[in-house]
Order: sequence, then C-alpha cells, then structure tokens
Amino acid sequence: METLLNDFSVGLFFMQGIILIILILLMRKFAWKPILDALQTREDGIQNALDSAENAKLEMQNLQADNEKLLKEARAEREAMLKEGRELKNKMIDDAKAEAQAQANTMIAQAQAAIESEKKSAMADLKNHVAGLSIEIAEKVVRQELANKDKQLELVESMLGDAKLN
Amino acid sequence: MLAKKYFNFIAILVLTLFSFSAYGEETKQEPGNTVNTAQEIKEYIKHHLKDSHDFHFYTNNETGEHRSFPLPVIVWTKDGLKTFMSSAFHHDDNGQVIVEKGNARLVKLHSKIYQLDQGATTVAFDDDHHPTNAHKVLDFSITKSVFGMLLTGLLMLLGFSALARGYKKGHTVPKGVGRILEPLVIYVRDDIAKPNIGEKKYRKFMGFLLTVFFFIWILNLLGLTPLGFNVTGQIAVTACLAIFTAVIYLFSGSKDFWKHTLWMPGVPMILRPILAVIELVGFVLIKPFSLLVRLFANMTAGHFVVMSLIALMITMKESFGAVTSTGMSLVLALFISVIEILVAFLQAFIFTMLSSLFIGMAVEEHDHH
Repeated sequence: METLLNDFSVGLFFMQGIILIILILLMRKFAWKPILDALQTREDGIQNALDSAENAKLEMQNLQADNEKLLKEARAEREAMLKEGRELKNKMIDDAKAEAQAQANTMIAQAQAAIESEKKSAMADLKNHVAGLSIEIAEKVVRQELANKDKQLELVESMLGDAKLN
Repeated sequence: MLAKKYFNFIAILVLTLFSFSAYGEETKQEPGNTVNTAQEIKEYIKHHLKDSHDFHFYTNNETGEHRSFPLPVIVWTKDGLKTFMSSAFHHDDNGQVIVEKGNARLVKLHSKIYQLDQGATTVAFDDDHHPTNAHKVLDFSITKSVFGMLLTGLLMLLGFSALARGYKKGHTVPKGVGRILEPLVIYVRDDIAKPNIGEKKYRKFMGFLLTVFFFIWILNLLGLTPLGFNVTGQIAVTACLAIFTAVIYLFSGSKDFWKHTLWMPGVPMILRPILAVIELVGFVLIKPFSLLVRLFANMTAGHFVVMSLIALMITMKESFGAVTSTGMSLVLALFISVIEILVAFLQAFIFTMLSSLFIGMAVEEHDHH
C-alpha cells in the first residue's frame, strides 16, 4: 500500500485528467456524434424500409382479397343476368305460345261458326231445292198417271234420270 | 491520398523499428548494466512497471550507449515552473545527476523527480533508501505514460474521425478502418450502454463510455507491444478514470436515486440512516475504488507475469540450459501474451460495463408501488 501511494503521481493524474477531458470533448464533436447520428439514421432507414415493405405486403394482400371479391361478385352478377335472361326467354316463349294458342282458338271458333252457318244455309237451300224438285216430280207424276200407266213409270224413270244428271 | 499512404508507411516503419529495438530492453538490459540475477530481474521489472521520463529502447553494454529519446520534463518546484528535456539527467535514476535550473536543484530517483532542499548539493539517503534532504515536486512532465495517452488519443481521433467523415461523404457502409471500428461502436452502444442505462437516457453518456472503452483498450494493447508502455498499470491513470465515472454518475443521479440512497423507503426507520451511510460510502468510495484497483491490478499483473516468463530464459538457464530455458520462456510468454490480448479487451469491457451499470443505477427512475 505504501509503494502504491508512493507510486501515485499527482502530476500524471492531473495530465490524465486534462487529456481525458480534451479527448472526450474532441471525440464527441468529431467522432461519436456524427457516427452515432449516422448509425441512428441508417437504422431508422432500415426500419422504415422494413415497415413499408410490410405495409406493401399487407396492401397487396388486401388488394388481392378485393380482386377476388370483385371477381366473385362479377361472376355472381353474370350468373344472375344469365338466369334472368333465360327466364325472360322462357316467359316470352310461353307468352307467345299462349297468345298464339288463344288466337288460333278464336280463329278456329270463328271458322267453325262460319262453317256451321254456311252448312245451315246450304242445308236450307238443299231442303228447298229437294222440296221443289219433289213437288215438280210429284206434279209431273200426277199428270202422267192420268194418261198412261206405262207412261207414268217411264216418266218417273226419266225424271229420276234427270234428277241424277242434275 | 498520398499523404495518407505516406503516414501509414511511417507508422509501420516506426512500429517495426520500435519493436525490434525494444525487445532488448524488455529482456536483457537495465541502463548501464546487464540483468542476470533474480534480484536484478526483479528490479528491472519493477522499473518497467513504473512510469519513466524518457523513451528508452536499449543500451549497448559494450559502449554504454543508450538508445532512447528524451521526453520533456515539466515540474512545479518551490521556485516556480521548470521545463527541460529529460536527457539532462543522462539516464541517471539514482539521484546522482543534479540538474540546476535557477535556484532549484533537481534529481531523478526511481522514476520520480525530487528537489533538493536549500543548500544541499547531493542526495542523502536513510536506511530504507529514502532521500532525507529532498522532496518530491509536482510533476506534469510528458512522461512515457502521457506520451502513450497522447498517442492513443491521436490514433482514436484519426481512426474515428475517418469513420465519421465516411458517413458524411454519404457512405452508408463504412470503408477501410471504419469496417472494424463500426461494429465496435455498435457493440458498446447496444451491448454495454443500452442494456445498463436504458434506451431513453444512454445517449448522453455515450461520449464518455465510448471514449473510455477505446482509450483503455488501445492503451492495454499498447502495453502488450514491446514499446514498454504500462499506462493502464499506473494507479494515477486508473484512479483518474474511476473518478471520472464516479463524478458522472453522482452528478447525473436522479431524484429517485438520491432518495433511495439517503432515505431508503420500505425499511424500518431505524435502519435508514445506517443504510444511507453504507450506500453513500458504496457509491462515493467503494465502487470507484473497485474500478480503479481492478484495472490497475489486472494490467500490472499481466505485465509482471509476461516479463517474469520472459525472464525465465535467464533464471532457468543454469538448471535447463540455454536452449530449453529460452524455448520454455518463449512458449509460456506467447501463451500468456495471447491471454493478455483477451484481458486487454476484457478489462476495457469490464470498466465500461461497470461504469454504465453505475450510471444506470444513478439515472434509473423507479415506478412507485
């Protein structure tokens, strides 16, 4: 301990103190401050780059999800439109069919009615004609009967032949 | 660019020359006489562990010539400030050469400069070889340790300002020496300062912590070179570093810290004054003292062991022969030197770590329960 104390040099202590203070001040100004600042800036830069990369990744994912959603929606919409179209088509066809049917039915009914009335009038004509003819024949038969029996038969025969020709 | 290359070349040249010439000093010679006996080796190691006033490489024993360069001596004597080069002592360390500056008569004795009392012309010693008619002066010399610190400071300024300039030029990734320095700076910030002081407050103390870390580390490494520096093994240096830490954490102590130190909540009233004394002594004396002694003792012990192992080649020469003893000393010294490289880092790390731990304790804000 005595040698230690004896070896302790106050002058050296003093010089060391001065050198250390000056060194700390100089190093702080010319070395540590710029170095630490530069390191800080660099590390911040790296951190920022990493963060933005992460953000970009997230955004990308979001975008992809959005795209998928849009695609899905579009597909669903297309599906719906197609379905609607098909339905519309079917409905139109059905409607057209029904209308055509209805029209045909009315036309058929009209035609039938016309045919019926034509038939009736034709029947009526025929009846009249047959009645007239019958009367005529009967008249001629009656006239001939009075003269000759053979002649009467002959007359009926010819009359009938006439009627056939007619 | 050319200037930079030139500087590198000079630096390498100087380092190479120093290491070659200084090996002789570490192993063999004491100024003026050869080191052969155990006693001489002990003296030699003791001499090396001390600070010195000149930068000594080796001595040529045949001619008695010293290869060294002098460093300036700056002393505050009773007769005012005296400055001269240490070559004025002619490598004397035993109080024989008296340097007269004005009225002051100065001698160098065991690496300390003494001023002779009025009227005395030679140093008189008592039985313990302490001078009786001379006293120490305040010595602000650029000693070998101060020189080492200045060199370290210069290296740090050059290296780290180069790194800082690199960033300013817009390189996000450093080039050259910065590639080695940047991870170290990040290491100190992320593994020493942040975990101990906290994310919010660490920034304020980074200047001190980084400076101290690299200062101690480079000085420790310089001590491992054959240049013969032993700066972090000077108790004045470690004391100064420890006091810096203490001053910083005592002055940045939060209100919570002082409250917990001086009037600990949650313990019985009667214990509080006792705890306050214990805590105060702990923070003001014990913690700085442990810091200063740890660094000093580790580095001194390292130097002591390495030098003792190198000296094995002399002490074991008689029992094992020159070749075996030299081989043994080489292998062992190499082994310990490798460990010392680790210790050099470890001690710098521990000092910075504990400093930031103490600062962390002082600035911590407690959440009150």
